[in-house]
Amino acid sequence: MKIEVIVFGMIADIIGKQKIEVNNCSDTTSLQIKLTHDYPKLCQQKFVMAVYKKVITGNTNLNNGDVVAILPPFAGG
Amino acid sequence: MLTSKEISRYERHIQLPEIGIKGQELIKKASVLVIGAGGLGCSALQYLTAMGVGVIGIVDFDKISETNLQRQVLYNANEIGKYKVEVAVQKLSRQNPAIKFITYCTQLTNKNAIEIIKNYDIIVDGTDNFATRYIINDACWIANKPLVFGAIHKFEGQLTVFNYKKDNNTIPLNYRDMFPTSPAVAEVPNCSDLGVIGVLPGIIGTLQATEVLKIITGIGTVLAGKLLFMNSLDMEFYTFEITPDVNRKNISIEEYLSYDYGQFCISESQNQINEISCKELKELLLNNRNTLQLIDIRDQEELPKVPVLEELLIPLVEVIERVSEFDSSKKIILICKSGIRSKLAIQMLQKKFGLRNLFSLEGGITEWLKN
Repeated sequence: MKIEVIVFGMIADIIGKQKIEVNNCSDTTSLQIKLTHDYPKLCQQKFVMAVYKKVITGNTNLNNGDVVAILPPFAGG
Repeated sequence: MLTSKEISRYERHIQLPEIGIKGQELIKKASVLVIGAGGLGCSALQYLTAMGVGVIGIVDFDKISETNLQRQVLYNANEIGKYKVEVAVQKLSRQNPAIKFITYCTQLTNKNAIEIIKNYDIIVDGTDNFATRYIINDACWIANKPLVFGAIHKFEGQLTVFNYKKDNNTIPLNYRDMFPTSPAVAEVPNCSDLGVIGVLPGIIGTLQATEVLKIITGIGTVLAGKLLFMNSLDMEFYTFEITPDVNRKNISIEEYLSYDYGQFCISESQNQINEISCKELKELLLNNRNTLQLIDIRDQEELPKVPVLEELLIPLVEVIERVSEFDSSKKIILICKSGIRSKLAIQMLQKKFGLRNLFSLEGGITEWLKN
């Protein structure tokens, strides 16, 4: 099962690219755990997740091919 | 009522049936407050001025510096050191003499924000730090003002409109629906140290002015309940739907006034942060080097490296957990690029551990390299 992850801002800085593919995550919590395991610096970042362009507030099930975006706050102006 | 001169000046607006004379009159009647006359502000202000917004307020306490000129297009090299609000109003008044400008050369805090924003129809956030962004968000929420939010990061921008109610069926949102609390000071690198492409605030500031125009005239669909991300490197725009956070606790005016918003609100404690000038540090390095501990709190990869100042590197995000490496028997000098993060670090360390004997290098590496 593949999930496409699009990341922005500081999250992209940490991961090193804007899009990655993550395997075997059945929900957004397990995706978050996997990402913070692979990229420990993510623990220090605030972000929200969006599944199919909708920001989610709780754990959400994921299916093969789903697109998840990770959205950090920006401060710059 | 528009004058004949105004009908001529705004003809291209008036030709649009969606705007017409009526829409242009609404623009003339409107008052808009732009908070921050930096990159976003410079861009939004020029279009708000050009389009004929009747009253424009500008809040900024900062002076023009050389590094602003790459993106803050209202300012010139010969104006370095002058207050941004003064120079901005000079230029904008020339651009459109009919506009009434009101300036606030002050740091926005939770003690003055509502007093200022209550006089305006629409608020534009063009600030550069989370503390002020949360103050503006909460103040707009309490004062019930639509907030056009724009923010940038290196090559990317964000845009949305908070607290906008098109009709009785819409639930207005605010920043806390996405991010209930501000990132900790440690999570926030000083954005001026990160770098940003010069056109980016131009793009996002212009989009902010577009949303202002739509709110005033009622045309189109205001970007409320949606968060736009744009990435200039692949020129992609993504829009995400945001919904009210069911757990959101609306902030009361009492909570707002007593809330600790971070770096800019606890100015009393900021005053107690010791600074050391480059000149003083140079003397100490020559005569009393062994009494000093130098800690560079920039990120690993940040340049330039200055050999004489290299001793210990502890990035800002790690200072709390690595506090045991601080040598309290010495005078500890914290160093960053511009002297802002080092003050934040001291503030954090003082608050968390009550540490004393910490000094921020005034002006940071940038100032050091000037001499």
